[in-house]
Amino acid sequence: MTGSLQQAPGPFFGEFGGRFVPEALMAALDELTDAYEKARIDPVYTDELTRLALEYTGRPSIVTEVPRFARHAGGARVWLKREDLNHSGSHKINNVLGQALLTKRLGKQRVIAETGAGQHGVATATAAALMDLECVIYMGEEDTERQALNVARMRLLGAEVIPVATGTRTLRDAINEAFRDWVANVDTTNYVFGTAAGPHPFPAMVRDFQRVISVEAREQMLERGGLPDAVLACVGGGSNAIGSFDAFLDDDSVRLIGCEAAGDGVDTGRHAATLTGGRPGILHGSRSYILQDEEGQTQPSHSISAGLDYPGVGPEHTWLHSIGRAEYWPVTDAEAMDAFRLLCRTEGILPAIESSHALAGAITLGKELGPDATLLVTLSGRGDKDVQQAAEWFDMLPGGDA
Amino acid sequence: MSALEDRIDEIRAQGRAALIGYLPVGYPDVDTSIAAVVAMVEAGVDIVEVGPPYSDPMMDGPVIQHAAATALERGVRVDDTFRAVRAAADAGAQALVMSYCNLMLSRGYDRFAADLRAAGGVGVITPDLTPDTGQEWIDAARAHEVDTIFLAAPSTTRERMHLTVGASRGFVYATSLMGVTGERASVGDAAAQVVAAARDAGAARVCVGLGVSTGAQAAQVATYADGVIVGSAFVKALGDGGDLAALKAKVAELAAGVRGDA
Ligand SMILES: Cc1ncc(COP(=O)(O)O)c(C=O)c1O
Repeated sequence: MTGSLQQAPGPFFGEFGGRFVPEALMAALDELTDAYEKARIDPVYTDELTRLALEYTGRPSIVTEVPRFARHAGGARVWLKREDLNHSGSHKINNVLGQALLTKRLGKQRVIAETGAGQHGVATATAAALMDLECVIYMGEEDTERQALNVARMRLLGAEVIPVATGTRTLRDAINEAFRDWVANVDTTNYVFGTAAGPHPFPAMVRDFQRVISVEAREQMLERGGLPDAVLACVGGGSNAIGSFDAFLDDDSVRLIGCEAAGDGVDTGRHAATLTGGRPGILHGSRSYILQDEEGQTQPSHSISAGLDYPGVGPEHTWLHSIGRAEYWPVTDAEAMDAFRLLCRTEGILPAIESSHALAGAITLGKELGPDATLLVTLSGRGDKDVQQAAEWFDMLPGGDA
Repeated sequence: MSALEDRIDEIRAQGRAALIGYLPVGYPDVDTSIAAVVAMVEAGVDIVEVGPPYSDPMMDGPVIQHAAATALERGVRVDDTFRAVRAAADAGAQALVMSYCNLMLSRGYDRFAADLRAAGGVGVITPDLTPDTGQEWIDAARAHEVDTIFLAAPSTTRERMHLTVGASRGFVYATSLMGVTGERASVGDAAAQVVAAARDAGAARVCVGLGVSTGAQAAQVATYADGVIVGSAFVKALGDGGDLAALKAKVAELAAGVRGDA
């Protein structure tokens, strides 16, 4: 279809994207791009990916209407796309299975990955166990502390977890360290990138693997009465959001809203709302928006959610933002945590703190649009990993009650 | 021919390789780093490479990461890079900048090239910008007569080598290994192969960097390369204490190496 915005191929999305990496990685990225281009049209590969989605991940994921929650969202109809029910607990597995299968096709025995909240690390460790790959996960030291449970999970799955103590000790430093490993070990190692950012082919490839979210959800909504008025998803690097948007990109009536982490508030400077508070630049191999100072130094980001605590954003989002096809809203820590508790108490669903940012966006939008609106929210992950942190936030730990 | 190319040819005519020394600006503080640049030249560095510290140095190992982080904590600015360039040029060296591209992009490629030129600098090494994504930079650099120095790696394919050599001015930066900056016990065979591949693709001047830290290694590399690039070993010698004497001693060792006297 001409004029379709779906599945834009890269390397550039408008003026964003590309491949700004050391020459040493160019051959590996070319090899990966080539392998992926061949694999995506090879039934041996696509059938295996489909089989794994069905029999391992548990796809298709269901949609759940949440009327008791929706009462707090202006009475709009709210549906959740339940990526939290996937095996290993989030949307990350969709991408990882695709890249792990590619690793096998490349004949490589070792995978590395970065992780923030730990969900991408857990998914990578899971796929590595399944496919007999050696697995090393880089994780910022601060994140190993706030997501300690996921560190243990990765180790139980046989992965080596390396805490990264440099820089801000978060996701961005984990990515730097993973790239350093990759440059040194590229012959034997594939970098399983966790989000729709980084150098080409990652933004387009990760989007393709996550696209299943919107392909399924669009069908599911049509079966239930029609397209939603809006699709909402949280944005860290942007993989669950781009996967949630892609199949709706040509449906002009559907608003697409990415919810960025506004931390303490965008005006405090302590936030991770890249499209709201950033400007164009190059970070981690692509041209996109970045939180940076006037000289181009990356600024520290802040979010209660380790998975959204990243000062960059995928280039396709920056493009969708620039052409006005998608909106990006800042959601503070406090708003996200209120939405987190609300979903727990009204629906018996414990969301990831990342996904709670999208829930908070839905509350705001529902109040704006009222009862006639139908909203689809991607619940990108479950909150088991966040129990400790949430219990602290709400002062619910033993000894915490006065 | 550029001034940098002239200088490399002149050194080659002396029957030796050039010594190219890298230091991050602002480590351990701005004034000491500028004094260190001058000290390097006095001790035998022919070509100086200064780096504006960057928050996300993806190509650097622990020594340069630490130096960059220290400099940033102490408030180093990109403008300080041009001060260091001026000092290197005044001391009689050819002065280059090695910069991650976001700092250049943020200033504007054109302004970056103009500022470098105004400070007496002659070229820029771009570790995370390759010719295929660097056309805007190349255009700006050509307009200001600034040399564009691109990297070639052991993994560089024949096709990419032609692209790299074609877009490079001054010299081609051959990385001796697959990895980040830092000292290594030995310089492997890959370095000589990258140099040979670059020459096959038409490169007139090829310098080798990454992992060279001793006079003996420099002497070995000098047998096949036009220049030997040393970074981490100099940064380490300078150290948090800003030890100019230790730096000069290390430079002297490497300077003897490129003359085959190790
Ligand atoms: C549950 C969950 N949602 C969202 C994200 C953010 O990533 P992305 O923006 O790539 O979807 C993460 C990242 O760790 C996550 O664990």
